[in-house]
Amino acid sequence: MDTQNPQTPAADGPIVQFRNVTKSYGALTVLDKLDLDIAQNEMVSIIGPSGSGKTTVLRVLMTLETINDGVIYLDGAPLTHMPKDDGLEVANEKYLRNHRSKIGMVFQQFNLFPHMTALENCVEAPINVLGMNRDEAESRAIDLLRMVGMEGKKDEHPSRLSGGQQQRVAIARALAMRPKIMLLDEVTSALDPEVIGEVLNVIRSLNNEHNLTMLMVTHQMGFAREISDRVCFFYDGKIAEQGTPDQLLGDPQNERTKQFLHAVLDAN
Amino acid sequence: MEWRWDFTFEILPRMLWATGNTLLAALIGYAIALVVGLVFLLLQQTRYRLINFLVREIVEFIRSTPLLVQLFFVYFVAPQFGIILSAWTSAMITIGLHFGTYLSEVYRGSLNAVPKGQWEACRALNMSATRTYFRVILPQAFPVALPGMGNYLIGIFKDTPMLATIGVAELMHTANALGAETYRYLEPYTMVGFIFLMISLPTAAGLRKLETAVARAQGQNK
Repeated sequence: MDTQNPQTPAADGPIVQFRNVTKSYGALTVLDKLDLDIAQNEMVSIIGPSGSGKTTVLRVLMTLETINDGVIYLDGAPLTHMPKDDGLEVANEKYLRNHRSKIGMVFQQFNLFPHMTALENCVEAPINVLGMNRDEAESRAIDLLRMVGMEGKKDEHPSRLSGGQQQRVAIARALAMRPKIMLLDEVTSALDPEVIGEVLNVIRSLNNEHNLTMLMVTHQMGFAREISDRVCFFYDGKIAEQGTPDQLLGDPQNERTKQFLHAVLDAN
Repeated sequence: MEWRWDFTFEILPRMLWATGNTLLAALIGYAIALVVGLVFLLLQQTRYRLINFLVREIVEFIRSTPLLVQLFFVYFVAPQFGIILSAWTSAMITIGLHFGTYLSEVYRGSLNAVPKGQWEACRALNMSATRTYFRVILPQAFPVALPGMGNYLIGIFKDTPMLATIGVAELMHTANALGAETYRYLEPYTMVGFIFLMISLPTAAGLRKLETAVARAQGQNK
């Protein structure tokens, strides 16, 4: 992939662009001058050892955390920064609220609202953030819950649902905000093995039937290989190697990638 | 010395009237403490580090000194500096401040008990800070705070006898007065203890019911 793109993105270019993005915690550099482009409708998987910065890519794109250097562009406009005079300055909360609604995120720990039912979880933000009326929000939420196979549990609280069921509701909740991009952060890592499949099936159908751009951090190598357009191997806050799933997972060139894949495949 | 029922019934009206004052003092004091606790909490989370630090120190100071000493300072010492307050006003200010510091800790603990992931989910759903607080964070913090809040309601109630020392006409003060008038202490003090028990026990039971009801309303299996 070409990392020498011009600094200002074209409107019909990649939907996400990381340009020279650095994120550090004190002396620890988690993302090191990262350049990463995601095309419209592309499904990109991020793999790598823990501490390689893969989750941080999602977290800074969701604007859960600020970056120390560089700029992230979203859909042709800067996301982490806002225009000021001729340059850019760090985005304020108001600017972020206007721009980050194009992104949805699903978390490893689901993070459903425990005091709300599955349905309430899915209508809360559409009503209060998008300003939808309740009837419309509920009928859309029920459609989404049906899509993830959770319509029958719409009036249950999360504490009554299994991990896999909670995660499917969390996917519906994120989709209810009509994001252009979905970020999936190790969405099966907290699940019991027997329910991982049901969540992967939902993601599979999302990828096939909806034109969503998806960025997925995962440890499920088989799934990444099956579903991704591209796989990025992260090491030390950088993309050490990337390519099609067959290239990267079948015929890795980088020593680090080889070592990592060996270690992962041995563990399985 | 044996128990005299005729004397018991003779002083009952005065004791009941004093019970009203005790309840009034506890409830007003509690209401003030609930608000003061919130103010103390918020003043420790401003963007100005100096204010946060100073308020933190003030809270620690109030928490670490006895209620009775604070009461005497407000009622007996403050007038020597020209601040003259009635016994009731002194009592309500002192209780409000003293228990407000405890309640601010209860609030703080309950907010910290809400997982970080809840804040992140709200942010990922692009919810405003206000919505995040009122729709997601506070509803989850409240059940955590409830037992502590209930304990301090009963705690304030049981500390009201201290107000007798500055002349607030509550139960203990009335029992003292009756003892001094009649030289009979058995019945008045026994009645004080009994009345406190009769109010504390059902209140504690009611609070536990409330905790269960709140948990159930939020879908927790309790």
